[in-house]
Amino acid sequence: MKWIGVVLLAAAFLLPPFLAGDFYINLASQILIAAIFALSLNLLVGFGGMTSLGHASYLGVAAYISALLTSRYGWDHGSAAIIAIAGTTAMAGAFGLIALRASGLGFLMITLALSQVLWGLAYRMSDVTNGDNGIAGLTRPMPFGISLESAVAFYWFTLLVAAFAFVMMAIFVSSSFGSSLKGVRDQPRRMAALGFNPWMIRWITFIYAGFWGGVSGLMYVYYNKYIHPTSLSTTSSAEALLGVIAGGSGTLGGPVVGAAVVLLLKNYVSAYVERWNMLLGLVFLFIVLVMPTGIVPAFDRLIAGLRRGLQKGLRWPR
Amino acid sequence: MAALTSTYALEVIHLNKAFGGLVVTQDISLTIRPGERRLLIGPNGAGKTTLFNQISGDMRPSSGQIRLFGRDVTRLASYQRAHIGLSRTYQIITLFTGDTLEHNITLGLLGLRPSRWQMWRPLSFYGDLATEARRILDAAGLLHLATHPVSEIAYGEKRRVELAMALAQKPRVLLLDEPLAGLSNTERSVVKSLIASISRETTVIMIEHDMDTALDLAETVTLLNYGRVIVDGDRDAVIADQRTREVYLGV
Amino acid sequence: MQFWIIQGLNSLSLGGLLFLLSSGFSLIFGLMRLANLTHGAFFMLGTYLGATALRAYSGLDIWVTALGAGIVVAALGGLFERLVLTRLKTNPLGQVLVTLGMSFIIADACLVLWGGDSIPVPTPQSLQAPTRVWGFVFPTYRLVLVGCAIAAAIALYLLMERTRLGAMIRAGVDDGQMARAVGIPVSNLFTLVFCLGSGIAGAGGVLGGPILSAYPGLDGDMLPLALIVVILGGIGSLPGAFVGSFIIGFIYTFGTALFPELSYIILFLPMIFVIAFRPQGLFGRVGA
Repeated sequence: MKWIGVVLLAAAFLLPPFLAGDFYINLASQILIAAIFALSLNLLVGFGGMTSLGHASYLGVAAYISALLTSRYGWDHGSAAIIAIAGTTAMAGAFGLIALRASGLGFLMITLALSQVLWGLAYRMSDVTNGDNGIAGLTRPMPFGISLESAVAFYWFTLLVAAFAFVMMAIFVSSSFGSSLKGVRDQPRRMAALGFNPWMIRWITFIYAGFWGGVSGLMYVYYNKYIHPTSLSTTSSAEALLGVIAGGSGTLGGPVVGAAVVLLLKNYVSAYVERWNMLLGLVFLFIVLVMPTGIVPAFDRLIAGLRRGLQKGLRWPR
Repeated sequence: MAALTSTYALEVIHLNKAFGGLVVTQDISLTIRPGERRLLIGPNGAGKTTLFNQISGDMRPSSGQIRLFGRDVTRLASYQRAHIGLSRTYQIITLFTGDTLEHNITLGLLGLRPSRWQMWRPLSFYGDLATEARRILDAAGLLHLATHPVSEIAYGEKRRVELAMALAQKPRVLLLDEPLAGLSNTERSVVKSLIASISRETTVIMIEHDMDTALDLAETVTLLNYGRVIVDGDRDAVIADQRTREVYLGV
Repeated sequence: MQFWIIQGLNSLSLGGLLFLLSSGFSLIFGLMRLANLTHGAFFMLGTYLGATALRAYSGLDIWVTALGAGIVVAALGGLFERLVLTRLKTNPLGQVLVTLGMSFIIADACLVLWGGDSIPVPTPQSLQAPTRVWGFVFPTYRLVLVGCAIAAAIALYLLMERTRLGAMIRAGVDDGQMARAVGIPVSNLFTLVFCLGSGIAGAGGVLGGPILSAYPGLDGDMLPLALIVVILGGIGSLPGAFVGSFIIGFIYTFGTALFPELSYIILFLPMIFVIAFRPQGLFGRVGA
C-alpha cells in the first residue's frame, strides 16, 4: 500500500514540466522546497518526538548568509552555499545544546524564543540585513554553467535536490541510528538502560534537521531571489509544523502531503482573500481537533476501513 | 567459583536518598558476589524500587556510593552503566508497543554495539542482529510471535519479552523488578524456569512479592523496610529470623 | 545622570507591565501545564480595545476601561478554554498548537478591525501632569504603572495564599489527581484560571497602551518577553514572575537604549544562563 503511494507521488512530481504552464511549474517548485523544509522538521517532530517552533531559523539563516555573501561580497554561489550550510549546521549545534536542556514544552518554548531572537536581529540590524526591506535582486546559481532562470530548469534542479533530500532522510530514518532515535522518542528510560545515549542521539538529530532546514533555505532564496525577515518568523515555523502535523508526522510521505496542502491553501487563499494568518489559525484548530494524527494516517484508516467494509460486503450473502 | 576475588559484583555503600524531608533510602549497604541470586523483599513502600533506580542510574542518591565490579559508578549515567554490564527490567512494561517482538529484542542487542551510530545503512542490513534476536525469542518460547507487534500479545508474554530484552545484553548484573507480577500460574512457572536457567555469568538481584516462587530461586535474601536494611543473609536464615516475621505480620 | 534616571524609570514601568503580562502566563502554565501562546494576542487585544475606547471617549477612566477590557478578554479566553482546550486534555502538544492557531486568528482579526497603522493611546488626563521628585521631573503615568503592578501582585498574593480559591488552585498545581480525589473541581478551576490569566493580560494591555501604542505585531513582541520572564522567574511562581519582570524590564530598556541593534541578544543571555545553570528558574520548584 505504502509503495503505491510513493510511486504515485513520484510520478506526480515528474509530470508538471510536461503538462502545465509556468505558474503551475513554479507552484510545484515551491511545494518541493516546502516539502524539504517540512521533512527536515519531521526528523525532529515525528521521528524524534521533539516539537520545535523555531525551525524557520535554519531556513532563514542559510538564506540570509547566501544572500549576503553573493550580493554584498560578490562571492560565487558554490562557496556561499557551503558557508551558508556550514554556518547553519553549526548554529543548529549551538541551539541544540541550549534547547535540549529541556524537553516537551520547555523545549518548544526555547526553540520559539531562539527563533524570535533571530527574527528580531534580522529586523533590527538594518545595516547588515536591510531590515524590513529585505534583500532583493539576488541571483540563482548556475550549476555546470546551466541557467536556472526558466521555471522548467529551476524545477528540475529543485526536483533533484528534493529527491536527494528525501532519499537521504529515508536512509537516515531506517538506519540503526534512526531506529535508536525512534526508540528514544518512545521509551527514553528503557533506551538508556539498554546502553543508548539519549541526549547525544537527540542532539545529532537536531543538527541533521538543521542541516536540511538550511538546504531548504538555500532553495528558498534561489527560488524567490529575495529574502525578508518574515521567512524567520514564527508564522513560517508554524506553517512548517502545520504541514508536518496535518500530513502526518512519523511518516515520510505525510510531511510532503502536508506541506503541499498548506502551500496550495496559502496560494489559493491569497488569490482571493488577504486573511491567510487567520485561515492558518483555523486550519490548526481544525486539524488538531478533528484529525490529530494527520491526513496520511487518516487516509490510511479510510482505505483500511473501506477494505474491511468491502470484504464484509462480499461475504454477506452466505 | 573464583576463590580469592575481592571484587563484588555489586556494592552499595552507605546509600542515602531523601526528597526534601522524606527519606526513602536510609544508610543502605549491601555486598553481592558474582553469580549470586539475591532476593530483595519488603512491604510496599519499603524503598526497593527506589534502590534499584539508584543502582541503575535512573535516580541520583543524596549520598553514598555504588560500585560495579569494583568500579565507582555513582556519577555515571544509566547508559554508561549498561556498557559496564548492568541490565534491568521495570515494574511497568516499558516495551516499544508499536514495534514487533523481533524489533524490540534487536534494539536490546543494538544498545551495546558501535553500529548503533550507523546512519547510512538500513537496520535490516545487520542480518546477524535479526538471527540473534530470533534465537533469544526462541529461548524464551516466543519465536512464534516474533513478527507480532508488542501491543497485540498477552501480558504474560510481554513480561517475558522484557526479560528476554534484558538478557539480550548478556549482563553481568541483572536487576529484575517484580518479574512475576500479574502473571497467571502457568506463565509464572515459565518465567520462573527462564530465570532459573540464567547462566552464572550473570548476577541476579530480584525484587518480588510472590514468596512461594521467588524463594526457590534465591540463595540470599535482603529484607528492607522504611528504606533501611532490616535483615540480610542466607535465605533460610532470613526466613527464620524473628524480625522478618515482625515486618510482615506487624508488631 | 538624567539618562540613567529616565531609563531606570522606564525599566520599572516596563517591568510593571511585564508583570501584568506574565503573571497570567505563569499561573496558567503552573496550574494547567499549558504554554499559552495566545497570551500575547490577548494582551494586544486589550491594548486595541483600550485604544478605541479611550480615543472615542476622552473622559473615560482608564481603570474602568482596563477592567472592562479585562472582562471581555477573560470571557473570550473562557470560551476558548471550554470549547477547544478541554477537548485536548490528553494531547498537550495539540493544546499548544491550538493556542498558537488562536493567536494567529486574534492577531489577524485585530488587523481587520483596526488596520495596519499604529494607534497611539492617550495618557489619561488626570495623570498627564508630571511629578516632581528630588528636583527631577517624571512622567506620572509610568510611576502609576509600577504601582499597578505592585497592587496586582499583592492582590494575586492574597488570592493565592489567603483564600479558599487560592488554596484550591495551589492544590491543583501541586497534585492535580489528588486534588480531584478530594473533590476539588479541577476542570472548573482550569477555566477560571485561564479566564483570570487572560483577563489580567487584557487589562494589562489597556494599561500598557499609553506607553506601547496599539500596533500589529505587539503580540509577537510581548509573548517572547513573557516567556523569558517565566523561564527566568520559574514556572508557576508569582514571586518569580514579579522579580523576573523587573529584571527583564531593566535589561530590555537599558539594552535597547545602549545597544539598539543587539537588544534581543541582551535579553536572550539571561535566559541561556538560567536554562544552563538553573533550569527551574530563580524561584521555581524542581519538577515544575
